[in-house]
Amino acid sequence: MSATAAAEQPASKALRAKPPRSSIADGSTRLSRTVRYLILLLFLLFVLMPVYVVIITSFKTSADTSAAEQWSLPSTWTLEPWQKAWDILQPYLVRSLSLAVPGAIIASLLGSANGFVLARWRFPGANLVFAFILFGMFIPYQAVMLPLRTTFQTLNITQGVPTLLVAHVIYGIPICTLIFRNYYATVVPNEIIESARVDGAGLVQTYLRIILPVSISGFVVTLIWQFTSIWNDFLFALFLTQQSNGPVTLGLAALSGGQKVDYAASMAGALITSFPTLFVYILLGRWFIGGLMAGALKG
Amino acid sequence: MHGRIRTWGPGALVLLPTVLLLGYFVYGLIGWSVNTSLTGRHTARRGPAEYVGFDNYVNLFGEDRFLNSLKNLGVLTVVFILGTLVFGLIWALLLEKGVTGEGIFRSVFLFPMAISMIASGVVWGWLLNPSQGDEARGLNRLFGIANLDFLQNAWWTGGSRWTTMASIALPAIWQLSGYIMALFLAGFRGIPGELREAARVDGASEFKLYRHVLFPQLSPIALSALIILGHMSLKLFDLIYAITGPNQFRTEVPSVYMWNTLLRSDMAKAAAISIVLLVVVAILVVPYVAYTVKQESEE
Repeated sequence: MSATAAAEQPASKALRAKPPRSSIADGSTRLSRTVRYLILLLFLLFVLMPVYVVIITSFKTSADTSAAEQWSLPSTWTLEPWQKAWDILQPYLVRSLSLAVPGAIIASLLGSANGFVLARWRFPGANLVFAFILFGMFIPYQAVMLPLRTTFQTLNITQGVPTLLVAHVIYGIPICTLIFRNYYATVVPNEIIESARVDGAGLVQTYLRIILPVSISGFVVTLIWQFTSIWNDFLFALFLTQQSNGPVTLGLAALSGGQKVDYAASMAGALITSFPTLFVYILLGRWFIGGLMAGALKG
Repeated sequence: MHGRIRTWGPGALVLLPTVLLLGYFVYGLIGWSVNTSLTGRHTARRGPAEYVGFDNYVNLFGEDRFLNSLKNLGVLTVVFILGTLVFGLIWALLLEKGVTGEGIFRSVFLFPMAISMIASGVVWGWLLNPSQGDEARGLNRLFGIANLDFLQNAWWTGGSRWTTMASIALPAIWQLSGYIMALFLAGFRGIPGELREAARVDGASEFKLYRHVLFPQLSPIALSALIILGHMSLKLFDLIYAITGPNQFRTEVPSVYMWNTLLRSDMAKAAAISIVLLVVVAILVVPYVAYTVKQESEE
């Protein structure tokens, strides 16, 4: 089973499956259970430790961020860093939103159509096309970035959101296609497609009447996946846009870079920037895992 | 023949835009980069440039700075892959039999994955502050508070290549261990319960059960995880950019070196670096893609 095949078994389902129970008396005693919880709690603290400092720092006045006080709660709580970060990041956030939403939708629609054909309306050479698309998922974007910039200049696409939108849609197609291909291969039985074909339904009819109605969870996965990866992208943003028309990752890098860094505002900025993806993740976490597994190989 | 085209034609037509887009934006642009890397175009100016063959590559591999970036990348990749696999596997093992509050542990372990590398880099850059003693900040300060002063160190700013790159790998491990946990957890849950039963009935100890029954079932997932982590690590850019800034010899890897070369408008050299990166990724990924596609077509 490969990563692509792993996607065929919806991950969220696998995770929700009941853990195996042993009918034979379990070897694990009370003690080892306590130890297990203790270890888990330690790991929990390790993972949450950065979260703690980010939150407390973001509410501190600049006087409060001295070395000795770094891990203590703010002596006076202030919203000033949040205000400052928000004022700086706001235009970037708007641009990121106007980029990530359509970018996710368009790539998902294309991926759905492609996935349907590759899974259920195959033609000779379909595997070759599949490999062709799949490899597109792995390439280091550095290898296309220079000519990509030149291409956009030649095509005269406005720098900023439009350029990034085109790039994210195109380079998002492979992963969306893969997710939908695996999804349709498991969710839609071939017999239904065959009988629709026998009844004379064409590709478009079959897609609209049979495939699209059962595609919702597939779309949830690709939409989450695309939204998060577009929102979190930095490389394309850096290569293809300027700070004045870039997305929020560029804004955050600007806010937190330079000689004199306002740590409280940087931390508030990091939190503000992370809210949309965290929100998506908390709200739709179960599918997020599924999407991560399906999209296993995009980085 | 006509009938065949009628059945296959529409499917091929749906894939045509994708094939054309990827044909240009992936394969075409890679070709373009290869082409640039063979020229003597060392300025941003366009127009015809003379071909210098593989000179740029020869120069790169004779250059200390590039070799340094490759060595850094090697160390980073080893530490990152090992760390993430170990953490991910431990978490999955701790959770796989089911514990109270499993959902909470799972969500917390997984949440760093939803955050952009820039945001987490901003936070970790702060945590990995090199000051020690009374001036200690970040993690060093935490070690001081916990009376673990001997753990204080200069992180990425001092010490050997291994300490430097391990400091960079640490945040990446923090971000991605949860993902590997999810992969393994789904893998464990996918193993039929009868298999465990049978092994237990046969008198296998817990250890032997894992060693001989469960782990072998997970090896395909481990392979996927290896490919995912490997190719992410090879392309890692944002995190280094956010933690150390782009222009740090100590932490430079090829993707960062390419950016620095580009800032000096050395097009041919930047292209050559990006192609070396592509080749390294391809060595890892092409056999995997070929294997995946072959396996799928056999099904």
